[in-house]
Amino acid sequence: MAEQIKTFKQLEDIKKAYLAAQEKYDYIVYVCGGAGCVAAKCDVIRKTLIDETQKAGIGDTVSVVQTGCMGTCAVGPVMLVTPGNIFYTELTADKVKKIVTGHLAGGKVVEEYTYYDAALDKHVPKMDDIDFFKKQVKIALRNCGAMAYNDIAAYIARDGYQAACKALTELSPQKVVDEVMASGLRGRGGAGFPTGIKWQAAHDSKGDRKYMVCNADEGDPGAFMDRAILDGDPHSVVEGMLLGGYAIGADTGYIYIRAEYPVAVERIGDAIDQARAHGLLGKDIFGSGFDYDLEIRIGAGVYVCGEETALMASIEGNRGEPRQKPPLPFQKGLFGCPTNINNVETLANIPAIVKNGGKWYAQYGTEKSKGTKVFALAGDVVMTGIVEVPIGTPMREIIFNICGGVPDGKKFKAVQSGGPSGGVITDLDLDVPTDYQSLQQLGAIVGSGILIVMNEDTCMVDSARYFMEFIREESCGKCNACRLGTKRMLEILERIVDGEGEEGDVELLEELCEVVAETSLCGLGQTAPNAVMSTIRYFRDEYDEHIRDGICRAGVCFTQRDKKAYPQRLRGRVL
Amino acid sequence: MDGKTVTAAKNGCEGCNQEAFDEIGNIIDLYKDKEGSLIQVLHRAQGIYGYLPLELQSYIADGLGLSLSEVSGVVTFYPFFKTKPQGKHTISICMGTACYVRGGKKLVETIRDLLGIEVGETTEDGMFTFVVERCIGACGLAPAVMVDDTVYRQVDEEMLKAIIEKYRKGEVSA
Repeated sequence: MAEQIKTFKQLEDIKKAYLAAQEKYDYIVYVCGGAGCVAAKCDVIRKTLIDETQKAGIGDTVSVVQTGCMGTCAVGPVMLVTPGNIFYTELTADKVKKIVTGHLAGGKVVEEYTYYDAALDKHVPKMDDIDFFKKQVKIALRNCGAMAYNDIAAYIARDGYQAACKALTELSPQKVVDEVMASGLRGRGGAGFPTGIKWQAAHDSKGDRKYMVCNADEGDPGAFMDRAILDGDPHSVVEGMLLGGYAIGADTGYIYIRAEYPVAVERIGDAIDQARAHGLLGKDIFGSGFDYDLEIRIGAGVYVCGEETALMASIEGNRGEPRQKPPLPFQKGLFGCPTNINNVETLANIPAIVKNGGKWYAQYGTEKSKGTKVFALAGDVVMTGIVEVPIGTPMREIIFNICGGVPDGKKFKAVQSGGPSGGVITDLDLDVPTDYQSLQQLGAIVGSGILIVMNEDTCMVDSARYFMEFIREESCGKCNACRLGTKRMLEILERIVDGEGEEGDVELLEELCEVVAETSLCGLGQTAPNAVMSTIRYFRDEYDEHIRDGICRAGVCFTQRDKKAYPQRLRGRVL
Repeated sequence: MDGKTVTAAKNGCEGCNQEAFDEIGNIIDLYKDKEGSLIQVLHRAQGIYGYLPLELQSYIADGLGLSLSEVSGVVTFYPFFKTKPQGKHTISICMGTACYVRGGKKLVETIRDLLGIEVGETTEDGMFTFVVERCIGACGLAPAVMVDDTVYRQVDEEMLKAIIEKYRKGEVSA
């Protein structure tokens, strides 16, 4: 049986022992095992490293550690060598062999395989000097890519479970809620509701049983930040859930993970097992008398299950259809009991907030939007991957300075922020701070943190059609406005991109948008028109060109559109 | 639920794989007293049987004390649950935003030409099932294609042909 951790001193001892063991090595090589690097065959890299260091006779002095996502998906597989923080990118087995003989055995950095900065036209070997890393502030991602994701000792060595120990042994549940309230943290899943207020409500509500739920049903197309945390730092989520359970007085927590993330299911499962084996879940945690355990629930491919009432219905084993609110989950949630639901990234922030205090977290960000936010960048941008920056960092800074701008000499056209519920931001507004209020004024949202960068070859009408097609497919069909409204809007958008648009179509779209937004039952329908409204607002001329002149300036519409690809897709899979 | 109904369902399914049904029966016993465990049972049943035919849905309904319509309602609501046998390999083309803007829809066309099947269908030889995913969370690698559990990054038409050939020749096991 594993050691039962009951005291702060035990955590400290595990940390000391782990760090001492690390110090024995001449080099520690962190190989990124994030989803991007796995697809780029990082397992070959790791194996080659181990084999080659053995061959070179330095197997005992080099430690090879597989980590979670380092964020630089575009240049994977990647690895970091310490001491020195040398960052090697786009690795192959041959490159690794040369790095072993040159750097690990020979002591000389192999500069030609280190990170290449296209803007500066030179290699930048040290991670600390690379713009992509040095402009980030990592709180939710503090452990992602920096430690072995599958080892509870590695997590404890980075001060893991200290917050839980402090809370359960020293703080009252109300005090934990107070810290979260003081941090100004808002829900990072999309809606941005203040977490402290949610926790206070769940704490105050009366019930024989209460539940804590983690929403890990990251379904927005373009979002992969929660996946990075689940895969790369599962213990942060477990500790966040433990703190949440203690704060609101729950005895059980559910982590609802989408079926498309089998790796996350496995790693969270392992983390729960490890925590349980060490007495960090189960009975009398930290000798405080508090009993709490976690269970995993796996989704089954439905987008709307990310909506909290639908998610709860799905955990209960039913069709994942949303229901009317109120009652809110804290009043009547899972199995009719008071329930608190938080997103993965929100929960990953909690241990750091409880450990360092709410005030510490609130020093980052803007006056009204505190802390940091993780963004997932994809599309036409040099560094596709994951970044975490203080809220308020202007979009231009994120896209051009941190992520290297638009590749292949193409011109930037717009960035789609917030996925299907969000909107576009054009060049004119790139210097606006990315906080909740400012983006809302622009007709976009921070949302879950998706940034899809689009270059001049992207047609904005077609992108609106794409998002509407997505929403139409994912509408559960329960309420009329969403079921019928999204279909009608899609039909209009389809005829515009097919060259059959009519005068007045845009006005009709606007009217439909308003009705669907105001009369839909849940968040999916209420935000369904956003992508359309936003593209009409900023690219009305493109709509008019399609309708009046039969021109698509990006050269996307009228010819290539594939009518069959999407509509049959979803229900097609059920057959 | 009494044992009789379960037995009736068992006997009522001629030609079904009895061993698999028995295994699923054990899982049902494990879960039947726990509230809200239908989806978990379905996940595990599909893991064992490969898909969820009506006979199996009826067997599960009886075992859990639910009506067939409740079970069927849940099965058909979630795209992850299949009611028809699937191919040996599942090819998923990602149609998330990033993959879409970077050429995902061309890949759909390629698969359709190459395998002669539509989205959701399985090739006649039972080798491949072709599906389209809304987002597999590999947006940094767009366009991404997933075969079974393996993700292939920045796939173009030529690569896709080579990948399919590899599976067809059995160079990659299921």
